[in-house]
Amino acid sequence: MKFDTPATTNPIDQLKVVGRPADRIDGKFKTTGTAPYAHERHDVAADQAYGFVLGSGIAKGRIRAMHLDAAKAAPGVLAIVTTLDMPRLKRGTMNVAFLFGGDEIQHYHQAIAVVVARTFEQARAAAYLIRVDYAPEPGRYDLAAEAPNAPPVGGDSGEGSGAPPEDRVGDFEGAFAAAPVRLDERYATADESHAMMEPHATIAAWDGDRLTLWTSNQMIAWGKGSIAKILGIPARNVRLDSPYVGGGFGGKLFIRADAVLAALGAKAAGQPVKVALTRPLIANNTTHRPATLQRIRIGADRDGTITAVAHESTSGNLPDGDPETAVSQTKLLYAGANRLTAMRLAVLDLPEGNAMRAPGEAPGMMALEVAMDEMAERLGLDPIAFRVLNDTQVDPENPDRRFSQRALADCLRLGAERFGWAGRDPRPGAVRDGRWLVGMGVAAGFRNNLLMKSAARVRLDGMGRVTVETDMTDIGTGSYTILAQTAAEMMGVELDKVVVRLGDSDFPASAGSGGQWGANTSASGVYAACVKLREAVAQRLGFNSADAVFTDGEVRAGNRVATLAEAAGAGELVGEDAIEFGDLGDRYQQSTFAGHFVEVGVDSFTAEVRVRRMLAVCAAGRILNPKTARSQVIGAMTMAVGSALMEKLEVDKRRGFFVNHDLAGYEVPVHADIPHQEVIFLDETDPISSPMKAKGVGELGICGVGGAVANAVYNATGVRVRDYPITLDKLLARMPEAI
Amino acid sequence: MRPFTFERARSPADAAASAARHPGARFIAGGTNLLDLMKLQIETPLHLIDINALALDRIEATADGGLRIGALVRNTDLAAHEGVRRDYGVLSRALLAGATGTLRNKATTAGNLLQRTRCPYFYDTNMPCNKREPGSGCSALDGVSRGLAVVGSSEACIATHPSDMAVAMRALDATVETIKPDGATRAVPIAEFHRLPGDTPHIETALEPGELITAVALPPPTGGTQVYRKVRDRASYAFALVSVAAIVRRDGTGRVALGGVAHKPWRVEAAEAELPRGAKPVAERLLADARPTRDNAFKLPLVERTLAAVLAEARG
Repeated sequence: MKFDTPATTNPIDQLKVVGRPADRIDGKFKTTGTAPYAHERHDVAADQAYGFVLGSGIAKGRIRAMHLDAAKAAPGVLAIVTTLDMPRLKRGTMNVAFLFGGDEIQHYHQAIAVVVARTFEQARAAAYLIRVDYAPEPGRYDLAAEAPNAPPVGGDSGEGSGAPPEDRVGDFEGAFAAAPVRLDERYATADESHAMMEPHATIAAWDGDRLTLWTSNQMIAWGKGSIAKILGIPARNVRLDSPYVGGGFGGKLFIRADAVLAALGAKAAGQPVKVALTRPLIANNTTHRPATLQRIRIGADRDGTITAVAHESTSGNLPDGDPETAVSQTKLLYAGANRLTAMRLAVLDLPEGNAMRAPGEAPGMMALEVAMDEMAERLGLDPIAFRVLNDTQVDPENPDRRFSQRALADCLRLGAERFGWAGRDPRPGAVRDGRWLVGMGVAAGFRNNLLMKSAARVRLDGMGRVTVETDMTDIGTGSYTILAQTAAEMMGVELDKVVVRLGDSDFPASAGSGGQWGANTSASGVYAACVKLREAVAQRLGFNSADAVFTDGEVRAGNRVATLAEAAGAGELVGEDAIEFGDLGDRYQQSTFAGHFVEVGVDSFTAEVRVRRMLAVCAAGRILNPKTARSQVIGAMTMAVGSALMEKLEVDKRRGFFVNHDLAGYEVPVHADIPHQEVIFLDETDPISSPMKAKGVGELGICGVGGAVANAVYNATGVRVRDYPITLDKLLARMPEAI
Repeated sequence: MRPFTFERARSPADAAASAARHPGARFIAGGTNLLDLMKLQIETPLHLIDINALALDRIEATADGGLRIGALVRNTDLAAHEGVRRDYGVLSRALLAGATGTLRNKATTAGNLLQRTRCPYFYDTNMPCNKREPGSGCSALDGVSRGLAVVGSSEACIATHPSDMAVAMRALDATVETIKPDGATRAVPIAEFHRLPGDTPHIETALEPGELITAVALPPPTGGTQVYRKVRDRASYAFALVSVAAIVRRDGTGRVALGGVAHKPWRVEAAEAELPRGAKPVAERLLADARPTRDNAFKLPLVERTLAAVLAEARG
């Protein structure tokens, strides 16, 4: 199905099932421990051995030799594969770090061997017996030191944000110089780790030259192509299966060392091998959100009208890597006639930087929304009024291009009302509650809506049961549930008549879980397949398919009625199709919007920051399931609190690695950090986006929240921190008098 | 984790004697730190002596009116003990500020005293660390040191002791009771129990090889308002950047011990004379010989401010 004209009325608009807060249909499996994750799939292959991945002990250089005698002789060892056993393997399509092979070390904890043994403990003990002779080389690990020499580089996150090396509209410098009110500040965001609960894990089994990977991956079709390329085998010989994913956040968009080394280990051992990356390897062996150094300049007239805006960002990555596209949203979020965005990219010898939840926007909005708060203060304007004043219904760089929907101002206004914004004292440090300094902050939320081809197959059996098959993944997001709701709505059945099967590369290729495109596009794929199935049903029954109404398990046309079970009585009926998107994404700017509100308390003695309450008001098209959508948004808000207040991969600039590579050292928010959270979805449909009229929310929920936290800290204390996360050491020296 | 042999000890004396017969043996109780260290091969004992079955899990009144806390009393039980809550509030509060409920259910009193530093370089076997591998050097000195020691440290080591409980016990003048492999028992004042790193940071306590902690004794209640304040980046399940255990009497005198700043719970009795004059002079005396890194210099003003918060709280 080609979607190239705005949606009109369709069966989804009935909203009998879609749009309802259905419980997650996989929820009971997850809460009872019966949803098997990759490493727990004991029944999929007999004789599973364990592989343990050894990471490089240096950040850059070469391996001279590896001494394996002791490891080979260790109890239970079945096979050892080292990086010296083969030339460097090709890379997958979306990655820049080489995962295995050859003697060159690109980054710390790069995989250099897998030891396969009968038990996990034996594999691990043997791996520690491998002695490695390194020839270390000096590396570049300090972004601030490399930034002055970083060349301009454009890039695309692959997840919906991107910018050229430099982009200009009008005369930024002239307008900025002429502006009566100006802001020119620098901001820094930290390297961050996805820190998902389930580590990267894969069980690999070979059957002749056919490889099956039971793994944990967000993007099955990408993964299938990448592992084939890396191993140099035909993609048709590979099957990936990933029905449950214990968190990904972009860290599992790609094939990583667990999959490659499970496959190589299984080949060498001649039996299935399971590999999970240990927690320390996740920070340095896989990918992370790269740190940024940003500069924002805003010029405005005294009435608050922005006349000039510039956003520049420098990040680092391995050679061939992409920049963190932190300037992307600034091209679209606020009006202003004279505009500049620019990105620079330094070569660093740290692990690979790549997508993490809202790549580009998350760190970019962190800086931009603080800058907007600072500018509002200079103008003497309320920060909401300042944003609304500079709101735009058209792409500011291409005024002929409208937003498909843009309810940012509504989000901010409604949020202000619900949050009690009018009661905020705009004077910093003015509100106390016992030993706490209390402040409120606001930020806009913004994240683009991405459209990706997505296919599905829907079966109808003689029991009237509908089975959805697509390689879409559920990474904790609710995919199972919303796809079941979509199929139930389309076929006119109750939710419990639908079975959803996901994550298998033998199923039709979906858009996968990334870039907050998953819900809208994969549901649209199921919609398309259901349209085909409805035609097949009508045809089987001899009904005119244009008239057929599917409701209550029945099909009605004119005065004829048949049950779905009867329709499939003579044999299963199957509909398969893909949604493909035309140029509506080019003709209209499709984005999602939010108003984020945060209240913090800052301990007047210790400068500890504790969030007191949070609100997100989101405008993101039709909400397919308010319960799963809310879960997405509160999870994203939580992650944003982490990036604003505590999450930071600490770089050892001499040795070149992320030092705090476990969950004791890399702190993410715990329950005690997260107070009352409220989420409101505006009642909206966006017919430009898809037949579902939906958009994404999973990344919208993180974009801007950190800025609201920082702005609340400023309102509480009068201390403006521009180097994130805002840990207490950055506040202490400038704190007001304790009481 | 290297292969190891395992036994269940029948008595404290047996346990200590067995430890002496097995060089490199470790006692295991809750295992909340030791097992992590073994998985990372930071600890590689060849023999484990499980002491969980020993009758060291009781809290009893002592003849002088204090409390004797068995080595195996779990942190959860100790924090909830009525006598501890009534008379040694700083201890209960310190325990509840540590780790999580599930960890506290497993972690023991003796094990808490003996837990090892959370310096990130100690936990990465690719990195030099004098504590893990004597003579290899200290990576933290010129590395990432935000959480590490500011006082009592050396050129060899700037690790901190991670315990909250031990800081309270230092303020309470607890005594560590032990049994040696030859059956002899002794009582070590907590002030002498943990060592400063000097040039032997791998030697962390006064325990001799094979010596087993059997109990921790608290002196009779000292009264006063007892406060434990732990400052950290996240609200729970994090090690202290700085913590303060304080006992403040009505007349303004009292005791103060610090966590998160040194290789041991940090108390300078002479500093306590300044308590009636407020946080600043106390902090100055406590940290008179501080040698912070650029990363952790913030701990100096943080100690003073936290102390001020504690004094304000204690004085109501």
